[in-house]
Amino acid sequence: MSDAVMPIGGADRQATPAAPTQTIYRHAIVVRVTHWINVICLTFLLLSGLQIFNAHPMLYWGQYGADADPPFVSLGAVYTHDHSLKGVTKIGPIKFTSTGVFGVSHNEIRGYPRWLTLPASRDLATGRRWHFFMAWAFVLNGLIYLVSSAINGHFRRDLVPTNAQLAPRHIWQNIVDHARLKHPVGEDAKTYNVLQKFAYLGVILLMVLMVFTGLTMSPGIDAYAPGLVWVFGGRQSARTIHWICANLIVLFVIVHVIEVFVAGVANEIGSMITGRYTYRTGADH
Amino acid sequence: MIVAGTALGGLLLSGCDRLSQAPQALKFIDKAEGVTLGVQRLVLSGQPLAKEFKVSDISPTFKPNGTFTPSDPAYLALQQNGFADWRLSVSGLVNRPLSLSLDQLRALPNRTQITRHDCVEGWSAIAQWTGPQLGGLLHAAGLQPHARYVVFRCADNLGGPGDGGKYYESIDLFDAFHPQTILAHTMNNQPLAVPHGAPIRLRVERQLGYKQAKYVMAIEVTDRLNHIGGGHGGFWEDRGYEWYAGI
Repeated sequence: MSDAVMPIGGADRQATPAAPTQTIYRHAIVVRVTHWINVICLTFLLLSGLQIFNAHPMLYWGQYGADADPPFVSLGAVYTHDHSLKGVTKIGPIKFTSTGVFGVSHNEIRGYPRWLTLPASRDLATGRRWHFFMAWAFVLNGLIYLVSSAINGHFRRDLVPTNAQLAPRHIWQNIVDHARLKHPVGEDAKTYNVLQKFAYLGVILLMVLMVFTGLTMSPGIDAYAPGLVWVFGGRQSARTIHWICANLIVLFVIVHVIEVFVAGVANEIGSMITGRYTYRTGADH
Repeated sequence: MIVAGTALGGLLLSGCDRLSQAPQALKFIDKAEGVTLGVQRLVLSGQPLAKEFKVSDISPTFKPNGTFTPSDPAYLALQQNGFADWRLSVSGLVNRPLSLSLDQLRALPNRTQITRHDCVEGWSAIAQWTGPQLGGLLHAAGLQPHARYVVFRCADNLGGPGDGGKYYESIDLFDAFHPQTILAHTMNNQPLAVPHGAPIRLRVERQLGYKQAKYVMAIEVTDRLNHIGGGHGGFWEDRGYEWYAGI
């Protein structure tokens, strides 16, 4: 991580003049490039995925599932007694009115609203073409990241929590620090904290699950690898898990972007572009 | 900041939307279909079967889709008579063109399979299908050396009146000779109902629902697809969907 430690110099853009800072080379080129390609891929995959979802805005558990079968999730529409459309979202036992966003938007029956789908208008064919093109890009990009990180030690060195970090007391302290928006200084600022490591490893796992649940929806792949269908409990279960993982990835991105702002947006985004990250040495304490 | 962010987001989304439908962009991303086809053909080169289910796995309700009743008068006349006068023609690049009645198809060696039908929209339904293997018919007709595709001409006008609205589909010989590729005349032990494509529908089990052509009237063996219909190999293919629907 610190193979190119920079002298202090004038690099203290972030901190007050009193707080000494240091700049380190934090993100390897492969991490930076694959990160931004991933941002593009995930954006297109999400928006085109919601377009595909809209073709049948219901999710089921098991091998089969269609209109006559009870859905686990549905972004549906009903007519009220004054003949206007009402959006009704059902997720398991939860049911709520969602007119304007889910089920019905712009007076039109559609699962997700226009501003969340690619293309905006109803166009399953184009949505599928974008989804599968970006899926290939996502898989190749992801493989480059995974293989290089296994070889260059990025996983072992930066992402696997240390024994000290896994101590319950340390994890609890980390949770409290996050809640107080308190960020580490000094040596601790040079490595990922334990919650950060859990989040990154978790989202990598979610992205792997996305690929495999996605493949399970392919009838061709199912003939080749029936074990995939078995693992996920059926094609319709795989479709549901695909949707759940997509939601969790969106949740990760929201928290991730909030943390970028909390930790210092210029420094954080800058470090993912140039690789150089500035932190307070903590010498003023 | 929030206003700027929202404005930027909106700009990006509308930019995305325009990009998503730009002809050059679409032409480029269409290359992914070839990659998918190539990779799936590689992993399916041993011609594995699609999973076959137990009777207890069959969907209580099998959703019909597309055309529910063809409006073509010739089809309706055949239906009136219980398809007794219906004939399936097998023509094109074959040595011995065939014309087969429903009884003749039933008398051939038939295959029965309980398989999952996956609609491009996302839903799935399981049913039992019975019918002769397409490969057997093609052998009987004798393929000419440059035969590459099998085209299915259907009776339904899903796209409106006239030849341009006629449903049709095509598969290549790799799928045509797969053991599970059958012309189903029986569904769940009953004669195929009209909403499901009576008198016969194609089952090509490792692809999506729109490849499972209903109301098949004629089979045509050809060396290319660009001279048929809109030139993309099928009704939905002419409307932007992938010819290879294994995903």
